[in-house]
Amino acid sequence: MNLFDYVRASSVDEAVAAGAKPGARILAGGTNLVDLMKMGVAEPATLVDITRLEELKRINWLSDGSVRIGSLVRNSDLAYETHFAKTFPMVAEALLSGASAQLRNAATAGGNLLQKTRCSYYQDVASACNRRNAGSGCDARQGLNRLHAVLGWSDHCIATHPSDFCVPLAALDAVVEVTGKGGSREIPIESFHLLPGDQPGKENALEEGELVTAIRIPADASRFAAHSRYLKLRERTSYAFAVVSAAAAMMIEDGRILEARLTLGAVAAKPWRSREAEAAMIGQMPSKDLFDHAAGIALREASPSGNNAFKIELARRLAARALSAASAGTPTAMPALPGSPLSTFSGDAHVA
Amino acid sequence: MAIQKFKLPDIPSIAVQISTSLFLNGVRMSLSISLTINGDARTIVLEDPRVTLLDLLRERLQLTGTKKGCDRGQCGACTVLVDGRRINSCLTLAMTVDGAHVTTIEGLATGDELHPVQAAFLECDGLQCGYCTPGQIMSAVGLIAEGQAAGDPERVRELMSGNICRCGAYKGITEAVLVAIEKDATTSKERDAA
Repeated sequence: MNLFDYVRASSVDEAVAAGAKPGARILAGGTNLVDLMKMGVAEPATLVDITRLEELKRINWLSDGSVRIGSLVRNSDLAYETHFAKTFPMVAEALLSGASAQLRNAATAGGNLLQKTRCSYYQDVASACNRRNAGSGCDARQGLNRLHAVLGWSDHCIATHPSDFCVPLAALDAVVEVTGKGGSREIPIESFHLLPGDQPGKENALEEGELVTAIRIPADASRFAAHSRYLKLRERTSYAFAVVSAAAAMMIEDGRILEARLTLGAVAAKPWRSREAEAAMIGQMPSKDLFDHAAGIALREASPSGNNAFKIELARRLAARALSAASAGTPTAMPALPGSPLSTFSGDAHVA
Repeated sequence: MAIQKFKLPDIPSIAVQISTSLFLNGVRMSLSISLTINGDARTIVLEDPRVTLLDLLRERLQLTGTKKGCDRGQCGACTVLVDGRRINSCLTLAMTVDGAHVTTIEGLATGDELHPVQAAFLECDGLQCGYCTPGQIMSAVGLIAEGQAAGDPERVRELMSGNICRCGAYKGITEAVLVAIEKDATTSKERDAA
């Protein structure tokens, strides 16, 4: 780990000023950044510790029914907030399907958005990686790439964004509030993360020195509360990143789907929302055929970036399954294995 | 090679107001943090901002019960409680926990009397080699305080998944956590009735 200047910010303005300096990085929960520093992937000249900023630690319910999640709210605090979990159940489920209990106690909402890909070549400073080191190439293209992107990738980069939290956020039209030297602005979550194109190093829409202060979920997202699920396939039961994941939600009235949402995770460098798939379900009666059809639409443009063609079919099946689970209704209690297709119904045990 | 011991000043914990800039333009400025560790107030001077809470505990305070496994937040051997919450001390820079209450495995027992979670691990054979055990136990203490497992073995396994046991003593670990949850519920009931 390189030596760095340590600055403890005592206000958002101070954090923005310190964070705008060349080589500065914001430190919040540290669960990703400290790890990257140990690997030598991140070598900040200055660490700006924002963990003392109380104003970023609140969950505020606004008068219009929307919720503002301060960027320093810890994953576990948000997921276990009873009203939040009832109102946006698939967001709570996604949070609890991620990482481990210890990490969820430290990792923050803002840090989740800004976490780096877990592509092994990005994390290995001896490898060529256009995302880490522009123009150096991409060792993943000819390497171990079975878990890499199948949508939105480019010849320059085939990495995925590893977040669970961001997947339902994209489905629910969440908004990211940021503050920089020029003031504050809002970025819809869908435009927050960027596809790699020929500049994979530019990962999100933040301008130099901008700080994520909050994430807002609009009030009308609560209309999906009765029919929503987040499902996540992993290579082991718990404590693993998604191979593929899906957030599915709908409003059903008189047996017909009034509105539907579908976003896929771990398939691209951003949560992959499919408005075409959502549109195909409107006015229809929930059925396996309908969900298969919609899931097929969501994956229509998918193509393997390496030895990962299986992910396309896997994502299609998981999306259909998530839609089906959502139509059946949100579980009354958080499943024992959140997000796991192995225990869709509370009470099922994966170990006899 | 002699082991260098740091003598810790016996001064009570005071709220140390730290200037916002501790390492400025590469110039080392000594950093003083105050922590309450297992009930003892400590003021510690750090010469380097890279020290993790794990290394501080093990190498500066000789609290070697907290183990270093992967040092990357993947194995859970370094689990401690910070202000009552279980976290991975290997991914926590010491300076970020200034002012916090830290509980390590050394802080659980009362004299010779084991903490109920420690006793449950013995009773249920929740270990083989023992290396991951302090982390498992601290994690279990955190889990019980969180109150989300409700005595359900599936939930216990899920909520303990951040602690890897290379010996594979998971069956005993799960049983131990369930026994400890049961004991805790009984104790709470008795306390409420009293």
